[in-house]
Amino acid sequence: MRIGLVLTGLILLIIAIGPLLAPHSHSAIVGAPYQPPSSLAMLGTDYLGEDVLSRVLEGGRSIVWVSFVGTLLGVGVGSAIGMTAAYSGGVVDEVLMRAMDVLRAFPPMVLILLLVSMAQAELALMPLIVAIAWVPQVARVAYGAAKEVVAREFVESAETLGASRLRIVRREVLPNVMTPLMVEFGLRLTWSIGIVTTMSFLGVGLQPPAADWGLMIRENYQGLALQPWGVVVPALCVAAFTFGTNLMAEGFARTVARVSPAAETPKEVTV
Amino acid sequence: MTAVTVKGLRVDLDGRGVDVVDLVDFEIAAGEVLGLVGESGSGKTTAGVTLLGDARRGATIAGGSIVLGGQEVVGLGQGQLAKLRGSSVAYVPQDPAMALNPALRLRRQLDELFEFHRPDMPEPDRDARIKATMREVGLDDSDAFLARFPHQLSGGQQQRVTLALAFLLRPRVIVLDEPTTGLDVTTQARVLATVRDLCASHQVAALYVTHDMAVVAGLAHRVMVMYAGRIVEAGPSSRIFGEPVHPYTRALIAAVPQVSERRELTAIPGDTPMPGRRPGGCAFHPRCKHADPACATTVPEPVEVVPGHIVRCLHATRFAAEPAQPAPALTAGRTGERGEVLLEVTGVDAFHGRKQVLHDVSLTLAKGECLALVGESGSGKTTLARCVIGLHRNHTGTMTFQGAPLATRARDRSRESRRAIQYIFQSPYNSLNPRRSIGETLREPLKVLFGMSAAKAAAEVAEVLERVSLSPAAAASYPDQLSGGERQRVAIARALVCRPEVLICDEITSALDVSVQASIVRLLRRLQDEEGLALLFVTHNLGLVRAVADHVVAMRAGRIVEGGPVDDVLDRPGDQFTRDLIAATPELSAVPTGDPSRLPLSLEDPT
Amino acid sequence: MDGRFSGSRRLWLVRRLLLGAAVVLLVSVLVFAATQVLPGDPARAVLGHDATPESVAALRAELGLDRPLISQYLAWLGHIVTGDLGQSLVTREPVAALIGDRTINSAVLVVISAAIVVPLSVFVGALAGRRRDRKFDKAMLVVTLGLTALPEAIIALLLVILFSTSVLRLLPGTVLLGPGQNPLGQPAQLVLPVAALVLGVLPYLSRLVRGSVIDVYESEYVRIARLKGVPERVVLRRHVLSNALVPAIQGTALALAYLTGGVVVVEQVFNYPGLGTTLVDAVNNRDFPVIQMVCLVFAACYVIFNLLGDVLTVYVTPRLRTAGQ
Repeated sequence: MRIGLVLTGLILLIIAIGPLLAPHSHSAIVGAPYQPPSSLAMLGTDYLGEDVLSRVLEGGRSIVWVSFVGTLLGVGVGSAIGMTAAYSGGVVDEVLMRAMDVLRAFPPMVLILLLVSMAQAELALMPLIVAIAWVPQVARVAYGAAKEVVAREFVESAETLGASRLRIVRREVLPNVMTPLMVEFGLRLTWSIGIVTTMSFLGVGLQPPAADWGLMIRENYQGLALQPWGVVVPALCVAAFTFGTNLMAEGFARTVARVSPAAETPKEVTV
Repeated sequence: MTAVTVKGLRVDLDGRGVDVVDLVDFEIAAGEVLGLVGESGSGKTTAGVTLLGDARRGATIAGGSIVLGGQEVVGLGQGQLAKLRGSSVAYVPQDPAMALNPALRLRRQLDELFEFHRPDMPEPDRDARIKATMREVGLDDSDAFLARFPHQLSGGQQQRVTLALAFLLRPRVIVLDEPTTGLDVTTQARVLATVRDLCASHQVAALYVTHDMAVVAGLAHRVMVMYAGRIVEAGPSSRIFGEPVHPYTRALIAAVPQVSERRELTAIPGDTPMPGRRPGGCAFHPRCKHADPACATTVPEPVEVVPGHIVRCLHATRFAAEPAQPAPALTAGRTGERGEVLLEVTGVDAFHGRKQVLHDVSLTLAKGECLALVGESGSGKTTLARCVIGLHRNHTGTMTFQGAPLATRARDRSRESRRAIQYIFQSPYNSLNPRRSIGETLREPLKVLFGMSAAKAAAEVAEVLERVSLSPAAAASYPDQLSGGERQRVAIARALVCRPEVLICDEITSALDVSVQASIVRLLRRLQDEEGLALLFVTHNLGLVRAVADHVVAMRAGRIVEGGPVDDVLDRPGDQFTRDLIAATPELSAVPTGDPSRLPLSLEDPT
Repeated sequence: MDGRFSGSRRLWLVRRLLLGAAVVLLVSVLVFAATQVLPGDPARAVLGHDATPESVAALRAELGLDRPLISQYLAWLGHIVTGDLGQSLVTREPVAALIGDRTINSAVLVVISAAIVVPLSVFVGALAGRRRDRKFDKAMLVVTLGLTALPEAIIALLLVILFSTSVLRLLPGTVLLGPGQNPLGQPAQLVLPVAALVLGVLPYLSRLVRGSVIDVYESEYVRIARLKGVPERVVLRRHVLSNALVPAIQGTALALAYLTGGVVVVEQVFNYPGLGTTLVDAVNNRDFPVIQMVCLVFAACYVIFNLLGDVLTVYVTPRLRTAGQ
């Protein structure tokens, strides 16, 4: 957990103040392509002759906001669908969850490629695409968690009072699935970072001349044998970032699970 | 002949130096049944399984000695223990549905015992022994039955299979851990008779662990009462139930409701302390009405009040000289003029999916009366209660409240009827939202029904908490900070805060210890007397029916078989089913080692 | 009563098959809608902005874009069902020929990876579960935690950097495979792609096995088996694994589906001519007939894996198998 915080903090720091420290503009040609590290370009140059270091320092921004917004949206909508289905039961349950099943038939990356093919690669649309990829997966998790809660008697108790459906979902169900949903958010955030990077790597995310870690890997991959830094450094940045957020998510899950009052059940039940 | 001797047994929680069980001494003779009685958290199960050299995950046998057939069990390695288990000492678990491996057929699970303990026994002999044991425990001995998987058996049959597993190799000692807890009383009576017969005929020494005083009263030769990890009293059944000495034993017996007579139930204040939170001195002193300052500081030594009757109490000699006050008998239930009819159920048929679970059920509930709805599991009593409150929608027939028809779904009912009829659920562990404070939980009905603001509701909440004998400060706590009994009081408060006229109680004490149950029952009676509440009291416990109800309706397989004033029905049952139910219910006054055939025994459970 | 399915189970199987078919059908609607309904004229997208209105109209007519959507969909579906998968808009090759070889290439990758990762996960997971909280378990948790965090692209890249280019030069980092060539002909080329896929799935599956082994070890019937005097090694084999591997079957089905998704990225890194690279190229070229078919193949795989997982689970679980008897 602590390592996770440090790693994530470090990467966020690079992203926040990196552009201020960048020695060159991210799109300025500073030398010949694929030059090894020198005093001018500390990590060498890329396939066009741009400074790798400057591009690394600027290349994390879009990843952070796209994956954060995408995850928030995906987990939010997915949870809403899952909880609604679990609480309503009957036809609503069937229709919603079958629809989710259909969407889950696509591996997330394939679904994303399908969505990209219909909407073109536009930066503003990327969070939406990431969100749609997560909705069916999150809905499934939220559904499972909520289904357990709605079967419990305190929900029935609220029903006997005639509380509205929205009130029951909000006040009885939601607080009891909040923990798994937050864990879910942490894990999905980690994977979103991976997905956003991968999108750019596949050429369906950010487009040149933007500075972006995924895009850098794509652009400089051909020169990997000549000038590895253009690939290695952005790859390590992404690795550190995902590793950090994942550690944090795991740490959260473990500490919260320990103090969770919901886990309480009597050891010896007497009749 | 002594089969097992236990001396100074101590079980500790790992790494905390906290004892679950300590200073336990006892022995069991061959053919003898020793009852070990205690409430939740007393350590009775922990003490029981030590006979198999076992301690649950996170605990260790920290000291003492267990000599079984001349062999010391404490300190044996895994290999030696494995040789002993199943052959010299066997175990019958509480929940047979969880205890049988779902992936293996019955024969495989039985035959496994020969595989490791009698590898040389030839196959025909094994088969003959398996079949003989199946017959002994009252099961079908056909190959087809032995080829079944556990899930294809009823609960009673599953429990008989665990008995067969335990008795198959004719062990010296057998530990039975609440083996009838999940069973209906009629099934329980048959299983108990089987246990009694098998122990007698094979000269097996049995340790019968249970929370149910009445069960051991009819089964055990001797009884030990356990409290907070210590044996507080031990002696022959006739002494324990006839002339109990320890204040805890006396209180426990006074808290058990009886079918045969209506008496005042005495509650023990407070809760049973869990390991690590047990008070010093005599652990019972905070709840004991006879405690003096010495009790808080001095750990009492065992005192033999008469030969074979041991009491661990500082004042044992004094109490032994003054016999327990019998609980005051109550006058007959109120059977006079019925008040205005509040609730009327007529011709209700209910379904689970396509299966009909209620057949043409009708009943009425009048103002201020307590109507008990009694039956075994699957009788439809809970379904009926859920139909009345509007949680079970799949039914036909009419239900009216004060003459006005009730919609099938709670949501569609008038606010007035949603206020007037309140429901209390079986498990206080499930019926309170763990993420909301008690105050929030109690304000919710006020908000939903009356739109009352939080500030205004706070006064109501404080008042209702007092009515259920909880401190108003409890409003700030969360359910996991309360004991089971306190939670159930909160659930009752949540119903009371609506100022209801009808309270539906669905097995509301079945998850609670008997001493806590008594206090809940007293609370309900008080509310009924003071506020004129009408109660629909759903239960499987006939003793409780006698203690709380004015009228009773007995249900079986979705039909009402008998109804009337409580004393009429329980003293002069008209229906065969009611008679069987009453006969099967164990009573404290039962003859300790009585003959096993008080009840018509059939081989198969009625399923 | 015995190994065979009960009557009501056979009914279940039929229903489950129909449901699977329905999902595939709905997927086809979705795929069709996604590539036809939404903004942008495919004809214009193919021909570019400087195309004459006449040539656009001609292509629209050729593609049937001037007809109502429902009839377009039905015609499209009819073609697929009769085996006519259409033509690539870019290369003008028949789609069937284009993706035929590549489907086999991808299948080779998935099958080899699955054949390695499933037994490996069961072994690692069962060992960790058995030695819960001991050294091996803790090490395994740390390693899998690290691996789950990394995107497949990064895992694959790091493998290339470590074993093929910058650190060691042991194995080929790109796959060179002509059309119609069998990838099994050059096993060395497969090592790194397979390793990347295995590392991608191993954490999920081994943790699942570990969790279910621990659950079963904590179960009452395992405790009872011990109290019957069953030796520890038999407890593991007979009482634990037989029950613990049931959830692993569902997990394997999901992992296989996940593998098919993983090939998209891993193939790209190694330039492996499979369905994944085909899909990425098609998306970048907006080659709709190819996108449609590849997506359909992926979704159909998922449905089939899940179906197999469900059927197998029912088959090895007596309680489910004999339901209704």
